[in-house]
Amino acid sequence: MTTIASLEDKFYQTIDAEEKIEPKDWMPDDYRKTLVRQISQHAHSEIIGMLPEGNWITRAPSLKRKLALLAKVQDEAGHGLYLYAACETLGVGRDELLDQLHTGKAKYSSIFNYPTITWADMGAIGWLVDGAAIMNQVPLCRCSYGPYSRAMVRVCKEESFHQRQGYEIMTTLAKGSEEQKAMAQDALNRWWWPSLMMFGPNDSVSTHSEMSMRWKIKRFSNDELRQRFVDMTVPQAELIGLTIPDPLLKFNEEKKGYDFGPIDWDEFKMVVNGHGPCNEERMAARLKAHADGEWVREAASAHAARKSNSESRLKTA
Amino acid sequence: MQHSRLKFILQWADNSMILGQRLSEWCGHGPVLEHDIALTNIALDLIGEARYLYQYAAVLEANGKSEDDYPFLRKEQEFFNVLLVEQPNEDWAVTMVRQFMFDCHHLHFLNGMSGSDDPHLSEIALKTAKEARYHLKYSSDWVIRLGDGTAESKTRMQDALDKLAKFQNELFIPGEAEVEMIKVGICPDMGSIREKAFATFDEVIKEAGLTFAKPAVGRSGGKNGIHSEHMGYLLATMQYMQRTYPGLDW
Ligand SMILES: [Fe+2]
Ligand SMILES: [Fe+2]
Repeated sequence: MTTIASLEDKFYQTIDAEEKIEPKDWMPDDYRKTLVRQISQHAHSEIIGMLPEGNWITRAPSLKRKLALLAKVQDEAGHGLYLYAACETLGVGRDELLDQLHTGKAKYSSIFNYPTITWADMGAIGWLVDGAAIMNQVPLCRCSYGPYSRAMVRVCKEESFHQRQGYEIMTTLAKGSEEQKAMAQDALNRWWWPSLMMFGPNDSVSTHSEMSMRWKIKRFSNDELRQRFVDMTVPQAELIGLTIPDPLLKFNEEKKGYDFGPIDWDEFKMVVNGHGPCNEERMAARLKAHADGEWVREAASAHAARKSNSESRLKTA
Repeated sequence: MQHSRLKFILQWADNSMILGQRLSEWCGHGPVLEHDIALTNIALDLIGEARYLYQYAAVLEANGKSEDDYPFLRKEQEFFNVLLVEQPNEDWAVTMVRQFMFDCHHLHFLNGMSGSDDPHLSEIALKTAKEARYHLKYSSDWVIRLGDGTAESKTRMQDALDKLAKFQNELFIPGEAEVEMIKVGICPDMGSIREKAFATFDEVIKEAGLTFAKPAVGRSGGKNGIHSEHMGYLLATMQYMQRTYPGLDW
């Protein structure tokens, strides 16, 4: 006889053996809930994340940059699709998840509530924001939940391309005129701290981490990942002659990594709670797209229904 | 002849460029993710096509211009695209009808161009005709889907069709550059393009349950650089960086 206890044993055996949990396998309710929350939040971030960069598609400075930016924002839409599909395997459909986003019940990454006010922001976002996303997401390729880990493998490949592309935009600006160099530095100044916030609260106050580690959804703590990001990014900034906007930043020989200044968690909370510079604009744009698309979706499903009706009639005739 | 050839190439490039620019405005704002992606694909194809042509124009001019000089540094009256492609997106119905009218011409134009006496242009046409065939399939499917969908979608489609009908014919009236290029075998005969384009057009409109009334008066002027009021704003946005920071590499 299978009892909950024996199912649970088997679940943990699978996890401990580094094997994957698949949609049809038994899993604890909290595991499922945690995954749905995390994956859908991630999916929403991809979709909202299209907006700040989409803001520059029509103004990109060259044909090459316009094509690359269009393709990048399109990739983010694709990431959203894979992730919504991964969520569906846990029993929650895209419509329901979008509803949670649109009613403000679900969150998305706060970084996208900052404005993109110059072209250099396209460089800074690719380099720093996609860079931080990769730090977070590479370990997720080994996540215990099969569909999520497989989606992340595809996503990570594209994110690292985005990161290189963003860094290349920054490099071009840093090598350019005084004005371009200042534009690059200004973007770094504005995006640096919000990028560090992307890793979430310090380990001492993080609430979701412990069980996620046990379930092998999460592999490294917020602070570990943040440290790696800083250690990777500082030399990249130096290489192109840009300055990280942190007077306390200093290489620590002992830990073979950088010490850096305190993060302004009050700002983080403000933005998470809806008071960032673009929270309202992002939600308004998403709601407008959804509302404007309503009649299109309705018409498409009415047509599809009629078509499949007439096809099945043909078959039975 | 060189002048007409350049103008002809720019006119072709500008059609795809300006429509691609319009479509790219949808990116991130589409009615459903799958079609946000699909429409962005079409924008990528069209801007990519324009890019091949601007590169070729730069080679022909051989005066130090780059592919970017054409879209980003010409003045409004130096653009030769038809008025249809610069019309605003408005809603999904207008966007799809505009696309469909364009695609009907575009595919058959490219098929004709693949036999051009200019081997470089025929190569570009061959390369892009495959994409154009897919675009036409995509926009035809939407015209049928929305014509058949709901009462609202049908009304919106009929309104879009009525609104854009006056811009359709400009695609098929040979401009001065086309007249010259037809003479020397670089541009195909426009009559047969029109015939094929309208065969496709009429069939799809019929299947969609929509009615097309030939407009009493058509609008044109784009081929001679006289555009609608929308064009200036489109260029102000598209050229913003190059105008604000002249002469820099990005
Ligand atoms: Fe992404
Ligand atoms: Fe990305």
